[in-house]
Amino acid sequence: MSINEIQDEIIETFELFDDWEEKYEYIIDLGKKLAGLDDQYKTEDNIIKGCQSVVWLHAHLEGDKVIFEADSQAIIVKGLVSMLLKVLSGHTPDEILNTDLYFIEKTGLSSHLAQTRSNGLASMVKQMKAYALGYKTLLEKQNQS
Amino acid sequence: MSFDINTLRKDFPILETEISGRKLVYFDNAATTQKPAVVVKALETYYDSYNANIHRGIHYLAEKATAAFEETRKTVRAFLNAASTEEIIFTYGTTDAINLVAYTYGRKFLKEGDEILISTLEHHSNIVPWQMLCEEKGCVLKVIPIDDNGDLILEEFDRLLSEKTKLVSVVHVSNALGTINPVEYIIQKAHEAGAKVLIDGAQACSHIPVDVQQLDADFYVLSAHKLFGPTGTGILYGKKELLLAMPPFRGGGEMIKEVTFEKTTYADLPYKFEAGTPNIADVITFKYALDYFNALDKEGLRRHEHELLDYATEKLEALEGVKIIGKAPQKISVVSFVMENIHPQDIGIILDQQGIAVRTGHHCTQPLMQRFGIPGTARASFAPYNTKEEIDALISGLLKVKKFLA
Ligand SMILES: Cc1ncc(COP(=O)(O)O)c(C=O)c1O
Repeated sequence: MSINEIQDEIIETFELFDDWEEKYEYIIDLGKKLAGLDDQYKTEDNIIKGCQSVVWLHAHLEGDKVIFEADSQAIIVKGLVSMLLKVLSGHTPDEILNTDLYFIEKTGLSSHLAQTRSNGLASMVKQMKAYALGYKTLLEKQNQS
Repeated sequence: MSFDINTLRKDFPILETEISGRKLVYFDNAATTQKPAVVVKALETYYDSYNANIHRGIHYLAEKATAAFEETRKTVRAFLNAASTEEIIFTYGTTDAINLVAYTYGRKFLKEGDEILISTLEHHSNIVPWQMLCEEKGCVLKVIPIDDNGDLILEEFDRLLSEKTKLVSVVHVSNALGTINPVEYIIQKAHEAGAKVLIDGAQACSHIPVDVQQLDADFYVLSAHKLFGPTGTGILYGKKELLLAMPPFRGGGEMIKEVTFEKTTYADLPYKFEAGTPNIADVITFKYALDYFNALDKEGLRRHEHELLDYATEKLEALEGVKIIGKAPQKISVVSFVMENIHPQDIGIILDQQGIAVRTGHHCTQPLMQRFGIPGTARASFAPYNTKEEIDALISGLLKVKKFLA
């Protein structure tokens, strides 16, 4: 599925919810199900700055696709992180870099989450794009040699 | 005037706010208190009828604004029982006031090897300015530890105090835990050791009476916005002889006597420390907040706040998995707590969905959180307009948090 198809799927899921409780139950459930990160990746370097709870992000390349893994101490944030992974992980650097993430707005999550917390998510997206850019350069170099 | 909660609540229109169909429960008063309607009205009146720059014009509006501005200074002097209005400096807040002292007093009077004593309870604004000073001057920062209740360990304070200690800067009341510190004792001991003392009164003023002369504090700082007043205004109280000896902070208009390109002489106190056009509107408005607060029945108010604290403590302790952080015998109406296996941020988000505003996180006291080995707490901080019914709403909100997350 393309990044936008995944986003649309998430938006459709959220349209089914009647109230905040259903929404948060779903997000919390995602958080609980997310495998999380191996302790070796929970390093200072992998911490996303700007979050109230600690969020770790780790990335690696599989073929020409960027794989993201992440974890958080707080379960709701972990659920949100899980959605970001679902949308952005497993795509090429170009696909990630050219993405407009509209699902956060469309699911109403930005209004449900106070500014400070969405800022934390924004830093996470920024970091994911930074990884994509790094891998793009790496792949281009490999292709040249 | 007797204390009547229903009348009092009517003075704060914001309390009628509904959030997702529920009545707001505002328990983030330690971050900033709400403002009574008289304060908002005063701000409007100022801009509508006597807005002018102060201390310079000779016209009617300028005189009226100047008089109102100085009226606030008089009210603050009386509120803190300072000896004179020359000792009351308007700043932008507590942080600004501490920075002023660090920058002027600190830079002029502290030197390499001198020690500055703070405590584990401090807000970042009473840590970082001193670290910056230490870095510049080669001074040494020492920290008074606390016990598991969140009380300062006074024996350790006594031990840390020496002839090297030049400044003791401690919080009167902890914003994160509510602990009321024995500042009288600290000031007396520090003076015996020859040190000056700054007291961070940001959280104290709205809960306990403060008399700077009785305390014998050298500096006392506070923020108007935590005292039912507007943001962007704070107070530095300083003893006159110290303020006189200190160099100015910022240079510019207002703080001068005479300027030539060769030499500038500075204005007298308190203007020496008030460069530029101050926050006139909010300073003027602050008087209305103090007048409002002064007119409340203090005894009734303290009793009410105590009841809220006791009630919340009892109810929270009865909830399984909840642990209160900060159990000092002398506390203001603040309860910080953690929940087993639930991150404070998750508590805050689920409460927010129910219209309940608490603060979660480290409360700008990261070293204090490290002391307890926790990432943060959820904190409910009460003001006189809060009620037991609201605490009940918090408790049922927390039951929902448990249902969702435990
Ligand atoms: C104890 C304490 N000190 C200092 C401050 C800083 O106050 P302000 O942000 O108004 O400068 C606060 C506010 O959170 C506080 O609670």
